[in-house]
Amino acid sequence: MSLRIVVTVKYVPDATGDRHFADDLTVDRDDVDGLLSELDEYAVEQALQISENSDDDVEITVLTVGPEDAKDALRKALSMGADKAIHVEDDDIHGTDAIGTSLVLAKAIEKAGYDLVISGMASTDGTMGVVPALLAERLGVPQVTLLSEVSVEDGTVKGRRDGDAASENLEASLPAVVSVTDQSGEARYPSFKGIMAAKKKPVESWDLSDLDLEAEEVGLEGAYTTVDGAAERPARTAGTIVKDEGEGGKQLAEFLAGQKFI
Amino acid sequence: MAEVLVYVDHVDGAVRKPTLELLTLARRIGEPVAVALGNGAGDTAAALAEHGAVKVLTHEAAEYADYLVVPKVDALQAAHEAVSPAAVLVPSSAEGKEIAARLALRIGSGIITDAVDLEAGDEGPVATQSVFAASFTTKSRVSKGTPVITVKPNSAAVEAAPAAGAVEALSVTFSAQATGTKVTGRTPRESTGRPELTEAAIVVSGGRGVNGAENFAIIEALADSLGAAVGASRAAVDAGWYPHTNQVGQTGKSVSPQLYIANGISGAIQHRAGMQTSKTIVAINKDAEAPIFDLVDYGVVGDLFDVVPALTEEIKTRKG
Repeated sequence: MSLRIVVTVKYVPDATGDRHFADDLTVDRDDVDGLLSELDEYAVEQALQISENSDDDVEITVLTVGPEDAKDALRKALSMGADKAIHVEDDDIHGTDAIGTSLVLAKAIEKAGYDLVISGMASTDGTMGVVPALLAERLGVPQVTLLSEVSVEDGTVKGRRDGDAASENLEASLPAVVSVTDQSGEARYPSFKGIMAAKKKPVESWDLSDLDLEAEEVGLEGAYTTVDGAAERPARTAGTIVKDEGEGGKQLAEFLAGQKFI
Repeated sequence: MAEVLVYVDHVDGAVRKPTLELLTLARRIGEPVAVALGNGAGDTAAALAEHGAVKVLTHEAAEYADYLVVPKVDALQAAHEAVSPAAVLVPSSAEGKEIAARLALRIGSGIITDAVDLEAGDEGPVATQSVFAASFTTKSRVSKGTPVITVKPNSAAVEAAPAAGAVEALSVTFSAQATGTKVTGRTPRESTGRPELTEAAIVVSGGRGVNGAENFAIIEALADSLGAAVGASRAAVDAGWYPHTNQVGQTGKSVSPQLYIANGISGAIQHRAGMQTSKTIVAINKDAEAPIFDLVDYGVVGDLFDVVPALTEEIKTRKG
């Protein structure tokens, strides 16, 4: 038996940097350093653990859609231990929204071949968290998402989804789309050996024509949503800061009473 | 007047507050038609009618509880076909976003998630979103198909607006995918008796400075004196001091209460992403340089183990 895992990852601007919008109201990806989205590291980690716990022959492919620099995200995943990478890069993809991104990813996943797709719970820039559900819809396979625990055995994926109202145990047959949360287990750091090995691992580059997609289906033109404006949130007006000299609690209560919270 | 579909989040017929907020927003765009699914769906009608639903489409079936997400997408798609609405509004819970996304794809529409405000516009509803850890505000709209928009809790006031709320049975045929992911077990969360974190008017949070699971008792005591929900920073959750379901921040819950009280929380970007849109922010922290103080309306530089119990006592005294 073999198990083909495709892990979708995103190259995002560093959240601790000064993130902003470009003139066309897309996320500015030039002025802020990018990196593998932290939440996707958990997806890579779970793929590696499934592989380590399996008797099957597991092959892990990391897949990203993004500009040239997005290769950095693939390298990181390869150095963690993934086997190979696919980079979908095309100038026409710039400005693609979630619906379009799921189209490109789904086409690439089908072309790559898969038994299991693993994604992070959301990207740290767009933060929508809908791409895994969209992939399941497009691929026509079960959606087993937002898992804090995941395992694969005998062609079945099982996991635990911790929701607001309840914790649910889920089960589905492969092929399936899984997403994992930051509670699924700390992601490993690449070892020196891993970093060296990653340099020799294959990275394929695909463009839209490789996926039989037209430029109009993606990008700003193909987007199903339009951003009309983006404004920096006005800085909060400086508040009152007091030093506690025994009366801090009382002073705070006074403030809260003045605001009608008490 | 155009109709607007509102997906109802309810627990055995008890409608959750974010759905009532959606009705307020839906009335700005058209006439709200609610869709309630699963056990107790029919019992939601009275509350929905009181807040402006002209119609309540209901469907009860075991599939909604036994399988993940897809049965609800099938039903919402059926409602979309039956009503041809001007927009579809869904509460921005984890599940709500997944349902909305799959629906949007099926009906050839765009999707906007996590709106914090919604207005009618010449080219369809305009959604306000808070992005990049709430450092930017954007205005967006869906430009293809029926707008599908998920809205965060606390984005609008709950308003009484009595309407007919006529109950109609929704006819639903489940798709082949509906039974793909089976729910084999469900453990309900133990109730703490406190308000739901994302819905609460006041949130009291603890961070690294709380320094131990047992010390969260003083955070809980302050919360209870105000009738507030309890939150925790990622540092406190990662340390195992408080459950992940209470985590406020980028990878936890995003809250927008009237009042947010941060105790022993430095205010890293990770945390700010989840609370920066709170109306009034208060912080107690030993470190006068903590970035959280850049956000506050009122801050106390001091030891939370002194300030928090004193504050709780004072609140209790004032409340009598």
